[in-house]
Amino acid sequence: MMQTENLVFLEELREGVRAVCKRFDGAYWRKLDEIDGYPTDFVEAITQAGFLGALIPEQYGGSGLGILEASVILEEINRSGGNAGACHAQMYTMGTILRHGSLAQKERYLPKIADGSLRLQAFGVTEPNTGTDTTNLKTFAKREGDHYIVNGQKVFISRVEHSDLMILLVRTTPKDQCVKKSDGLSVLVVDLNEAVGNGLEVRPIKTMMNHATTELFIDNLKVPVENLIGEEGKGFRYILDGMNAERILIAAECIGDGRWFIERATKYAKERVVFDRPIGQNQGIQFPIAQAHIHLEAADLMRIKAAELYDRHQACGAEANMAKLLAADASWEAANVAIQTYGGFGFAAEYDIERKFKETRLYQVAPISTNLILSYVGEHILKLPKSY
Amino acid sequence: MNIFVLVKRTFDTEEKIVVSGGKIQEDGAEFIINPYDEYAIEEAIQKRDALGGKVTVVTIGGEDAEKQLRTALAMGADEAVLINTEDDLDELDQYSSAYILSEYLKDKEADLILAGNVAIDGGSGQVGPRLADLLGINYVTTVTSLEIDGTNVKIVRDIEGDSEVLETSLPLLVTAQQGLNEPRYPSLPGIMKAKKKPLEELELDDLDIDEDDVEVKVETVEIYLPPQKAAGRVLEGDLSAQVKELVNLLHSEAKVI
Ligand SMILES: Cc1cc2nc3c(=O)[nH]c(=O)nc-3n(C[C@H](O)[C@H](O)[C@H](O)COP(=O)(O)OP(=O)(O)OC[C@H]3O[C@@H](n4cnc5c(N)ncnc54)[C@H](O)[C@@H]3O)c2cc1C
Ligand SMILES: Cc1cc2nc3c(=O)[nH]c(=O)nc-3n(C[C@H](O)[C@H](O)[C@H](O)COP(=O)(O)OP(=O)(O)OC[C@H]3O[C@@H](n4cnc5c(N)ncnc54)[C@H](O)[C@@H]3O)c2cc1C
Repeated sequence: MMQTENLVFLEELREGVRAVCKRFDGAYWRKLDEIDGYPTDFVEAITQAGFLGALIPEQYGGSGLGILEASVILEEINRSGGNAGACHAQMYTMGTILRHGSLAQKERYLPKIADGSLRLQAFGVTEPNTGTDTTNLKTFAKREGDHYIVNGQKVFISRVEHSDLMILLVRTTPKDQCVKKSDGLSVLVVDLNEAVGNGLEVRPIKTMMNHATTELFIDNLKVPVENLIGEEGKGFRYILDGMNAERILIAAECIGDGRWFIERATKYAKERVVFDRPIGQNQGIQFPIAQAHIHLEAADLMRIKAAELYDRHQACGAEANMAKLLAADASWEAANVAIQTYGGFGFAAEYDIERKFKETRLYQVAPISTNLILSYVGEHILKLPKSY
Repeated sequence: MNIFVLVKRTFDTEEKIVVSGGKIQEDGAEFIINPYDEYAIEEAIQKRDALGGKVTVVTIGGEDAEKQLRTALAMGADEAVLINTEDDLDELDQYSSAYILSEYLKDKEADLILAGNVAIDGGSGQVGPRLADLLGINYVTTVTSLEIDGTNVKIVRDIEGDSEVLETSLPLLVTAQQGLNEPRYPSLPGIMKAKKKPLEELELDDLDIDEDDVEVKVETVEIYLPPQKAAGRVLEGDLSAQVKELVNLLHSEAKVI
């Protein structure tokens, strides 16, 4: 059980985030959705107010909070009708540097990430020909003196155009020379301001929702060896051990979306009168909203459980994965309920439902697809045969 | 600079307000710092940062008002004082509020006191000026710019769309008008620091105030919501017919021409 003092702090945290979000209303996000624009002003405001530095230790200029508090911040952004997807990477991508970077790298990057003067918003893993099968990725970094020469291609790498740095997962030893296929991968920090136009070409991908995602063509990109994080060949492990944090944070974003949908749907169902009564008086409208709410509350419990385990440094892989799946399913159910409750108006952009509907659908696929969570639980929790 | 800011917890007038039994229903209402007080807090923080000193935020109210004080501390105020009248008084008015504040402030040697121009609930704009009067210090209302140089103060104040430039001196009370600054929101480090900042709670006894001294002088006769705005009417026909109809209606129905 959480202590009262902690609950009071979480409430203050929520209100703090809401105060920032209040200045960025539905009209702000709608306009951006229309033009596929990046919410630069919002991201600046929430960064300046220190919220994205929540996980960075105080010695590096952050607030040194736990994953629970961090997850509450992202939840509130989505709950206010915004989209934390535009800025969440600034909060957690630095974890790779924090956990595995050298002292020099931490001192060089973390304070500036905390105050927002360096944007670490991009994380390059996915490739067009290998997708979910990460260890099979083809982008290769060959060491030449004090540089790596990188060649390859990445796809769906988000916010590259709005970031100063990118964490890039590459192969440094060919797979056939490795004992395990998860060996031989390495993590590089790419300075995007130098790289773009000098071996890195960025092409935006138009998607269903506004997400600033891109395709990367990497052609003899030079990355200084000092930008290698940790040891060469251990990159996959470094990425994996950030996954639980990511799962919990993404679960919280889903919870935020879900709450937003339920609040909207409930309000609309009370106010909209057809057949001489509020539509919410019909069980056909009321029950699905109630059901979605119940599923959301249950998912939230799993997310809090996972976060508390994580913050106590206990194993939380199962809980973090299950929280992500439950929360993504619950937000999607809530989205469906909301659009149905709104009838035709759910499809009209000015009500924001269709925008959030598109946004929350993504969580079924990215950053991790639901199927991969099921296979994780099947294999690692239930000890069923590995299915892939 | 010893700076004090008067802060009031009010309901959010942008949210739905329900009146029943002659009272505004607190259940379900959202409560905020009076928006004009936010300008006052912001100005106080800026002046402290530029000139040194300390910012103390003061409110009269109940336990619930602690939340608004915490927000002010998270914005950057140094200390907070809650004058809790919950157990002693049923009602407050401009007179009693100013009196209580003056008893608290009389020996505090404030250089600068800031307040909101009005509180958006009562809207009287009296507490600031009354308090200055009781303390025997200068005051200027609806300020949109405040420059302090030693004890000299240069002020621009809003006078219904025009502005007036004044010079005065400390100690001084000013009430803040929109346009004075852009209030900050609490930052995450601010929220965390606020946890450790002092929040003092006082009751009337602590200020040697007798309940009889603060009996309200204002009687509230009735509280009601403004009438619902009727739906507009769309005029039909071609442009000249519409103009004709409009003039006609302004004359016969609205009786303004
Ligand atoms: C908007 C957006 C933003 C993104 N941002 C980033 C980013 O910033 N950085 C980044 O690195 N990536 C990013 N991604 C990529 C995202 O992580 C991948 O899309 C996701 O991991 C799935 O990979 P894929 O698209 O190649 O699908 P595939 O791997 O081709 O999978 C297709 C489908 O098959 C299923 N599937 C695959 N293998 C199995 C299996 N063994 N068992 C059962 N089902 C299986 C998958 O679950 C999925 O439903 C983003 C994607 C999108 C859409
Ligand atoms: C893209 C688009 C194109 C359209 N094109 C046309 C067109 O060409 N011509 C035209 O005339 N209309 C058109 N429509 C309107 C469409 O037919 C209506 O949106 C639809 O009939 C629902 O009406 P409504 O939107 O007012 O929802 P509402 O009537 O407000 O209903 C809201 C929700 O409450 C439910 N509900 C209402 N009453 C009850 C009840 N008693 N019991 C249980 N549930 C209830 C509804 O099923 C719905 O889920 C279009 C709508 C869209 C989105």
